[in-house]
Amino acid sequence: MKNIDPRWWQIGSLAALLVYGVFFLHFDVTLWRAAAISGVALITQAACSRWRRIPFEWKSAAISALSLSLLLRADSIFLLVTGAFIAIASKFFIRINGKHLFNPTNFAITSMMLSTDRVWVSPGQWGSIAFFGFLVACAGSFVVRWSRRSDVTVAFLAFWTAILFARAIRLGDPFTIPLYRLENGALLIFAFFMISDPKTTPDSRLGRILFAAIVACGAWYVQFKMFHTNALLWSLVFASPLVPIIDLVLRAPKFEWRTACFDTLQSSPSHS
Amino acid sequence: MFRHAAIITFAFLTSHAYAFCGFYVARGDAKLFNHASQVVLVRDEDRTVLTMSSDFKGEPKDFALVVPVPTVLQRGQIHVVDKAAIDHLDAYSAPRLVEYYDPDPCQRFMAYDAAAPAASMQKAARMEEARANSLGVTIEAKYTVGEYDILILSAKESNGLETWLVENHYSIPRGAHEVLGSYIRQNMKFFVAKVNLKEQANLGFSMLRPLQVAYESPKFMLPIRLGTVNANGPQEMFVYALTRKGRVETTNYRTVKLPSDVDVPLYVREDFAPFYKSLFNEQVKRENMTTIFVEYAWDMNWCDPCAASPLSRDELKKLGVFWLSDSPDTSGATDAFVTRLHVRYDREHFPDDLVFQTTGDKTTFQARYVLHHPWTGTTDCDAARQYHRSLRDRREQEARNLANLTGWSVSQIRKKMNLASVDVKEREKKWWEW
Repeated sequence: MKNIDPRWWQIGSLAALLVYGVFFLHFDVTLWRAAAISGVALITQAACSRWRRIPFEWKSAAISALSLSLLLRADSIFLLVTGAFIAIASKFFIRINGKHLFNPTNFAITSMMLSTDRVWVSPGQWGSIAFFGFLVACAGSFVVRWSRRSDVTVAFLAFWTAILFARAIRLGDPFTIPLYRLENGALLIFAFFMISDPKTTPDSRLGRILFAAIVACGAWYVQFKMFHTNALLWSLVFASPLVPIIDLVLRAPKFEWRTACFDTLQSSPSHS
Repeated sequence: MFRHAAIITFAFLTSHAYAFCGFYVARGDAKLFNHASQVVLVRDEDRTVLTMSSDFKGEPKDFALVVPVPTVLQRGQIHVVDKAAIDHLDAYSAPRLVEYYDPDPCQRFMAYDAAAPAASMQKAARMEEARANSLGVTIEAKYTVGEYDILILSAKESNGLETWLVENHYSIPRGAHEVLGSYIRQNMKFFVAKVNLKEQANLGFSMLRPLQVAYESPKFMLPIRLGTVNANGPQEMFVYALTRKGRVETTNYRTVKLPSDVDVPLYVREDFAPFYKSLFNEQVKRENMTTIFVEYAWDMNWCDPCAASPLSRDELKKLGVFWLSDSPDTSGATDAFVTRLHVRYDREHFPDDLVFQTTGDKTTFQARYVLHHPWTGTTDCDAARQYHRSLRDRREQEARNLANLTGWSVSQIRKKMNLASVDVKEREKKWWEW
């Protein structure tokens, strides 16, 4: 199993979540639209790889496409595929110190939301009934791809849980409220597939834990002080520019995908 | 829940039938549900206008309402509105039953017929204020609006507020102080209303009219928690959201569309109210009472079919659609999108307040159920024989659809449709039905 690129597991988990979401939770996305998003993401990846003269690597683009299909919503398919293009292009064009700065999916969603009010994210679409199913799917993928970089997911979930419970204690709310907020598929996608992106998190462990704390605190501010939706996404996109600074202060070796079948592609500008 | 708790128990309303392409048959409106609240939620940017209609049926002197609001409200931010506008909005957005008549199967081309026209004293006041202050409760403002006496309260701690409410004859349920405390610590104010019997007599209204508040706050939410403390069973609420941008959904609960565009047996024509009630009960059961249902999402300029005509600019303005100018623009278009949400909730399944967002989704949706009347004219052709054979399958499918939607027994449905007798007499026997 160690010889398998962990991104296969991610693709499997995300695809299963998408199929479940479309057929059982009635997400406002069709498989046809997901295919269009994936097509544009892969074409953009191929074109940019050719331009940068690096091997075409499709798995990271597929992960971005599946994540976008799970999260980004619009009436117009044009806006969805534009999101896919922005996600992949951002990896090639917004780079510092040889790393892309933003998680592609996160950057695409937030930049689209800033540009037009015709796109949205439905954080409530997951409900809580299927939460434990999602947890198994995400955690399964997580265990399989366990690496020293996975600490950011654990740290973020720990900080976020602490914030929600501390707020409940301060307000005198029953614990059913923070527990309900934790039982959310959108939180799992964010923690296991977005903030966990090894290419856009600090290189040192201490840096990653610090980054997780910053994102969790930012999300608290956006959600409970500004009363904006999608607090996790906004917090991550605004915290991402801090990563190069954290890397400057807390130095450590840069992450490269390295698996038995993937060594040759380690120089590609891919993400988790 | 008024007088016994807080927030909102809202009433229900009726209206008239209109025709459309095909024939409009029936509508499932909010009064089918007991103790249903109705809320009209108008939102654009950070501005909200909230209209609350109650189905309070007791003595007006017993009426009391406590609603947490994000800001202190000025007199001009509080209105009493005519219930008729909410009635109309409810009728316009209600789930609907429509019917079509099959054409003569012997005629190759047949267009559906279209369209009928849619058609106290100062001392007492000082004492009251002093008592409030001693409890850590501040009366931020005091108004009489229409038949209501309204106070805007802020409080330092929940026990003081609870004591004040009890002393002032607001029967707050046990356990409410925890929820009050949570709202206080979130810097919420409390909109408190009672009926001014003298004003009510002067105005001559026998029914309590809906109260409307307008405020500016990034919080786009409905505080339901106070209402679920010690509530006697689940509560029902209809939210009619009016925005410029598009459909409204909850961000902390799943919002799903009610099943729609389903063919049902003809007898539902006479039983549409129990049908819609059972359908909603069944859908709530299937979703474990954890979701909010969209029953209608539509641009206010039109409807198809119309259960009632779209609201006029005047009616929309009464409901707080503040961005509409006094006179229509050159196109005559109304810039408003309505989303009708229906939720059954209790404390266990809905622990948190409802938080909303406006999406850019302007896709239209209506909960619509369809009757197809078979052709009953004389026929004599191959196509007619084939048509009659297909009718049996169609009726069976309608029975299954109805059973699936409502959870009713399919055999009972077949009986009501006289489908069993059709099975025996007319349907060709399968090989295992010897």
